Amino acid sequence: MSKVNALLQGTLNWVDERFPLTSNWKAHLAEYYAPKNFNFWYFFGSLAMLVLVIQIVTGIFLTMHYKPDAALNASGVPVAFASVEYIMRDVSWGWLIRYMHSTGASAFFVVVYLHMFRGLLYGSYRKPRELIWLFGIGIFLCLMGEAFFGYLLPWGQMSFWGAQVIVNLFSAIPLIGPDLSIWLRGDYVVGDATLNRFFAFHVIAMPLVLIGLVGAHIIALHEVGSNNPDGIEIKKKKDANGVPLDGIPFHPYYSVKDIVGVVVFLFVFSIVVFFMPEGGGYFLEYNNFFPADPLVTPPHIAPVWYFTPYYSLLRAVTYPLFGIDAKFWGVVAMGAGTLIFAFLPWLDRSPVKSIRYRGPITKWLLAVWVVGFFILGFLGTKDPAYKFFGFIPGAPVAQLLSVYYFLFFLTMPIWSSLDRCKPEPDRVTMK
Amino acid sequence: MSCDEKVDCGRRRLLVATATVGGVAGVAAAVPFVASMLPSERAKAAGAPVEVDISKLAPGQMMTVEWRGKPVWIINRTKEMLDSMAKIGDQLADPKSDKNMQPEYAKNDTRSIKPEILVAVGICTHLGCSPTEKFKTGAESGVDPNWPGGFICPCHGSTFDLAGRVYKSKPAPDNLEVPPHMYLGDAKLIIGEDKKA
Repeated sequence: MSKVNALLQGTLNWVDERFPLTSNWKAHLAEYYAPKNFNFWYFFGSLAMLVLVIQIVTGIFLTMHYKPDAALNASGVPVAFASVEYIMRDVSWGWLIRYMHSTGASAFFVVVYLHMFRGLLYGSYRKPRELIWLFGIGIFLCLMGEAFFGYLLPWGQMSFWGAQVIVNLFSAIPLIGPDLSIWLRGDYVVGDATLNRFFAFHVIAMPLVLIGLVGAHIIALHEVGSNNPDGIEIKKKKDANGVPLDGIPFHPYYSVKDIVGVVVFLFVFSIVVFFMPEGGGYFLEYNNFFPADPLVTPPHIAPVWYFTPYYSLLRAVTYPLFGIDAKFWGVVAMGAGTLIFAFLPWLDRSPVKSIRYRGPITKWLLAVWVVGFFILGFLGTKDPAYKFFGFIPGAPVAQLLSVYYFLFFLTMPIWSSLDRCKPEPDRVTMK
Repeated sequence: MSCDEKVDCGRRRLLVATATVGGVAGVAAAVPFVASMLPSERAKAAGAPVEVDISKLAPGQMMTVEWRGKPVWIINRTKEMLDSMAKIGDQLADPKSDKNMQPEYAKNDTRSIKPEILVAVGICTHLGCSPTEKFKTGAESGVDPNWPGGFICPCHGSTFDLAGRVYKSKPAPDNLEVPPHMYLGDAKLIIGEDKKA
């Protein structure tokens, strides 16, 4: 046995002299000290990594059968649409790989939204973690791009008209807009050129950027250390060896805890993949089972659920301003709605980080914002003429909530510093 | 740039010059890649005019043909439709078609060459969806009890009248585009070409 150990140790030494394996293992896992009071909300970072791996692996296998070609085949069906049907019907286990990939897209957004909400709850974006947050926003934007490009590939009705609407968003930009949208499409209408380039973005460009940003996100995190539900710095209280008193090594403590999260996640994920892959029309929209038809917009089109809050912001703007069309300002509202998160580290002026020690103003405003975000998301899936209970018109509600959406952030420097905070503890608490 | 004794100024200048030239070359190298994403020669060449026979288009009916990958609507408007259009000018954003969304010969009250026949690109000027036909009037249309008939865009709710003119306070900024077109005979229409061209 000792001979085997000696051989293994020798091999490890040989590697360590050539590549920093042991030191990286220690820096990022065995001697990366994370606060000991992580709760439920801290599962979603590692789960996001898991979903990224699922998407990459299933994606690789899907590209072995998928064809990005908008031309009609002998039966008059677009080749791209037919190749997805082929994956579903004729490729061994193809249905499973595709459902994992399509469910994975929604799961990615569920997990990332919860991960971001954790940041909001505990002030994880505050100094010194601003760059972690900004890399995270980069990941979020990349993910939206990735989802958007990927959604065109099945070349169904929703693929086509969704891409048509989003690419046309760019045409609203004054002066360069119309040329910009032609450049993005590579044609005067969404067509074969568009499908091919979206495929290139979806399988090469975006994933590369995404993986790079995830790397930067984690390197930045491991440099400053994780925040925790109390929002206090564990590095302020260290033992004689320089180890934070309230820190425990990521491996094995959190690697094991995260496995519990993975098991629970895979339970839910499998239920969706096997029993409800269409997610009631929210994960895979019914209109996308029709091949793309450039002459007919489906009677009701809406983006996939994870884009609908921003889509509501877009629709809420119906008045021209400063002599520029409402269309442009709708696009601005939509863009600002996603980018405004990036400014949180500088908008939040509260003396404490965690929601646990913040006052009633923060709790109420945040709660209303979250409810508003859900309602905007719900309205974004509905027709513009939708009425709650048949008589409360949805459009003005969306407009009101859109105003609140932005006011929440824009007035944050005022209310976050006014709020009545409780004193933070010296050491983390376990509740 | 400051230059003290410890720095070899000649080499520094050479470095700056080399880096500048290299940078310019790097930016120039992006040009072919960016340009490759523009519509190709083949895409530009597509888009031939389309001939349409409208002899079977009864009053009150509409047909759709494909031109440059876009839906083009041809609507044969009835007398009642034309009358209703005349009454709603104050509800429209651009009732006189002042914005350049149509050829000169279609810049009139009906936005057409022949009063009853409208030719328009069925693409909403907001974000490019194709509006849905709502020719039924009043409450039956499901739009509005006073609806005089027209089009509603399923994407963001913009409404258009039977001449493709957009209603006020809707996301779409402009009236629907009227493509260049002309009549080759009484019932034969060519879309994508007119006498000027």
